[in-house]
Amino acid sequence: MSGLYLHIPFCKQACHYCDFHFSTSMKYKGEMTQAIVQELILRKDYLEDKHLSSVYFGGGTPSLLDEEELNTLFETIKACFVLGADAEITLEANPDDITEENLARWQASPINRLSIGIQSFADEDLTYMNRAHNAVEARRCIAMAQSFGFKNLTVDLIYGTPTMSDVTWENNVRTLIDAGVPHLSCYALTVEPKTALAYQIKTGKSREVEEEQAARQFEILMRWLEDAGYEHYEISNFALPGHRAVHNSNYWLASHYLGVGPSAHSFNGHSRQWNIANNAKYLKSIAALKENEEEATVGLYEIENLSPADQYNEYILTGLRTSWGVTTDKMAAPFKAYFIEGIHQFVDKGLVFEEKSVFVLTKEGRLLADRIASDLFFSN
Amino acid sequence: MKHIRNFCVIAHIDHGKSTLSDRLLQTTNTVADRDMKEQTLDDMDLERERGITIKSHAVQMNYKHTDGVEYVFNLIDTPGHVDFSYEVSRSIAACEGALLIVDATQGIQAQTISNLFLALEHDLEIIPVLNKIDMVSAMVEKVSDQVIDLIGGSSDDIVLASGKTGEGVLDILAAIVDRIPPPKGDPEAPLQALVFDSIFNPFRGVIANIRLLNGTLRKGDKVKFIATGAEYSADEIGVLKMDNQPEKVLSAGNVGYIITGIKQSKEIKVGDTLTLTENPGEMIHGFEEVKPMVFAGIFPLDNDDFEDLRDSLEKLQLNDASLVFEPESSAALGFGFRCGFLGMLHLDIIQERLSREFNQDVITTIPNVSYYAYTKRDPDELVMVRNPTELPDPTRLDRVEEPYISAQIITDVEYIGGIMNLCIEKRGMLTKQHYLSPERVEMNFELPLAEIVFDFYDRLKSISRGYASFDYQPLDYRESDLVKMDIKLNGENVDALSALVHRSKAESFGRKICKKLKELLPRQQFMIAVQAAIGAKIIARESLSALRKDVTAKCYGGDISRKRKLLEKQKKGKKKMRQFGKIEVPQRAFLDVLKLD
Repeated sequence: MSGLYLHIPFCKQACHYCDFHFSTSMKYKGEMTQAIVQELILRKDYLEDKHLSSVYFGGGTPSLLDEEELNTLFETIKACFVLGADAEITLEANPDDITEENLARWQASPINRLSIGIQSFADEDLTYMNRAHNAVEARRCIAMAQSFGFKNLTVDLIYGTPTMSDVTWENNVRTLIDAGVPHLSCYALTVEPKTALAYQIKTGKSREVEEEQAARQFEILMRWLEDAGYEHYEISNFALPGHRAVHNSNYWLASHYLGVGPSAHSFNGHSRQWNIANNAKYLKSIAALKENEEEATVGLYEIENLSPADQYNEYILTGLRTSWGVTTDKMAAPFKAYFIEGIHQFVDKGLVFEEKSVFVLTKEGRLLADRIASDLFFSN
Repeated sequence: MKHIRNFCVIAHIDHGKSTLSDRLLQTTNTVADRDMKEQTLDDMDLERERGITIKSHAVQMNYKHTDGVEYVFNLIDTPGHVDFSYEVSRSIAACEGALLIVDATQGIQAQTISNLFLALEHDLEIIPVLNKIDMVSAMVEKVSDQVIDLIGGSSDDIVLASGKTGEGVLDILAAIVDRIPPPKGDPEAPLQALVFDSIFNPFRGVIANIRLLNGTLRKGDKVKFIATGAEYSADEIGVLKMDNQPEKVLSAGNVGYIITGIKQSKEIKVGDTLTLTENPGEMIHGFEEVKPMVFAGIFPLDNDDFEDLRDSLEKLQLNDASLVFEPESSAALGFGFRCGFLGMLHLDIIQERLSREFNQDVITTIPNVSYYAYTKRDPDELVMVRNPTELPDPTRLDRVEEPYISAQIITDVEYIGGIMNLCIEKRGMLTKQHYLSPERVEMNFELPLAEIVFDFYDRLKSISRGYASFDYQPLDYRESDLVKMDIKLNGENVDALSALVHRSKAESFGRKICKKLKELLPRQQFMIAVQAAIGAKIIARESLSALRKDVTAKCYGGDISRKRKLLEKQKKGKKKMRQFGKIEVPQRAFLDVLKLD
């Protein structure tokens, strides 16, 4: 089974922390859907296995797609791939786009899961992050989505913002538990280079993100969700039984996926490639591809072939983040002994738990996942 | 002999010495235009990058004068840093004249003056050249006055030039013929040739550059270096064109090279006298053994690389005889070498060359000068201390002496106050203050050498906004109240960070080092106490909090590649760490710890 990702690179306004590719100008919006349709047709053979276990509309803000655009995309997907009845079909939606009208037409489409970017239920945090919605919209949208039949919801939250107290954070988490949202993605606010947030911190307009606060709020999160019966199946992802995200799990299980649209990444087991992160250039490349199908790359993407060491490092990086951990069975032979030699110090320190040759991070270990992974990395 | 002119160039860094030398080479067709690159004489990459001359270079040019006669010019390019002043003095001794190049936008600098005095001591004819006169900020009259103040003469004696536009280059060439006297010397007398430089060539061995004062040298002659007493045969001799050009005979007055099959440059000492084994001449006055001024431990990052490091240091020593080293061991760093350097720049260069030319990543300990210690049991017997750990225990110690230098600083009058404060802070004493002109002043200080080793030069530059220049000579050893300060990480001594400091400054130095280390150490999963101590007494402390969280929030399809590369980079950084007990210390920390504000 394979995954399909569609990147819809438009947003109404720019969130200060965001480093994904998007444009706040809708200039190319009409052409963009057509180009993505073209790319789907041209690149469908990238996936050996045409059976899709998941389709994910991400962004940007895919809830900005109108009815016609969504219909065209689904028609193309169905024409190019095999979309089973139990496939997970997710649309990222911003609270301000969750209206009765939109919910009704999404319900009528193959979409069966909404990923809602709530981030916080406190206006102070939302203003700090420059989100397009407010606290009232945040609270209302969940019940509204559920009332339209979207029981399969996932909600994004952000913690560690300088404006956020531990009490606010607990309230945010509890609100979602109480609403019965079966899947949560909770991210520590990260200052990415070249974002408005990075600039504000550099110029002293915003306070620095405090590590101690983020660590504490991560611990609060783990405690609350564990008590509420959620499974902590990836560093930032929590699910009630049976509600793990199919699409995102694919990334951590090294399943193959095709990504279409500007900046979208694809993976076929031995290489990764990513489309150009520029709307105008993307449109131009697709147009050129259409005319000359022989030429595989017309500036559309960059590609990186993965060496055995790269593959081992990626396995460590992604696997250690999950509740299923890593095992030497899945490593190429030359790396097994190297891994065993390196992992034991972490087992001894109580950061890694070993059971039947499967190594999983403990709660303490999850706070230091990157450090542990990089220590276990193989480098020449 | 009357058609030979031997001259050197005296200039401060950045005053355009190399550019002007390039122009002379070009104008005399010594270098074809197509082979011309900037700083032709500086052939080490490091020299070009840093824009300074580290080694001496010599080159012969042929110049047809206005009288129609062809002259032979031997230009000896000298190093441009205070660390290498002995080499400069030998180059000066090999010449009859000197071009004094002064940047018309900046005026006379300290190093220019000290080298100028050296040249005057050797009775060199000085041709003052005002360079960069094409710049708008050139102060031709003002700087001319400074020059006249210094060496006398009139403004007609000063050549105005621009290395950039080529203006004045012909005037310089003419002045060299007209004003610099031809060498004197007797070709029939016993051979006396001054070794003013040596160059290591991997195929030919060590090549000595020589200036013949008296006598004649023929290919195949049996020769002897007087100071070392070693005898060889003159396998090849010749003159120094852009490449070496073999000759059968070299005679008094000329400059050339000799190849004798010597394999190690320490067998040839700059300043030594070359003569013939039969009918030998006398030693030329002024020979000194080059003494290292600064010492530091150099340790391999990985203990297994000890032998490789020895090998690399030996190879470096082949073409840098001023580098000395001997094995030492450190409780913290294992086996390594205590190395002696001419100064901090020299240390920096050696470290850089180890990394670039030999791929050796090393840890350098806190540099120190050499001290004289005397014990109570035997108060007259000198114990040489080149490593803080060698200092006898305070209970046994009678006294310690540290080296002092005499320093000259030349600056604009507005910076006198700031420089005075700096020198007093550095335990210096003003001995003389002298106005070169109403705006320029020369200040003379006596300072402990240890105080200028670390950040003196940088601070001087920032206080004077670059308008101060600095030169120094060793003076003597003086008794001083010195204590050994140790640095502890979680209670464990890191001997590589120990330092001898003046008691009055121990506390503030300790505080600064602890604070700096706190910045340089990566946080670890436990708290780290960074302490400075004198004996058992803790004089400063910082604590580095434990690392709480190190985990990426998002790791989806588009993040994996980027994240992997980031963590791979961190992994490589960890390879450059040294483990002290449980604590990881990055290699850079050992040197950066001294970059105190």
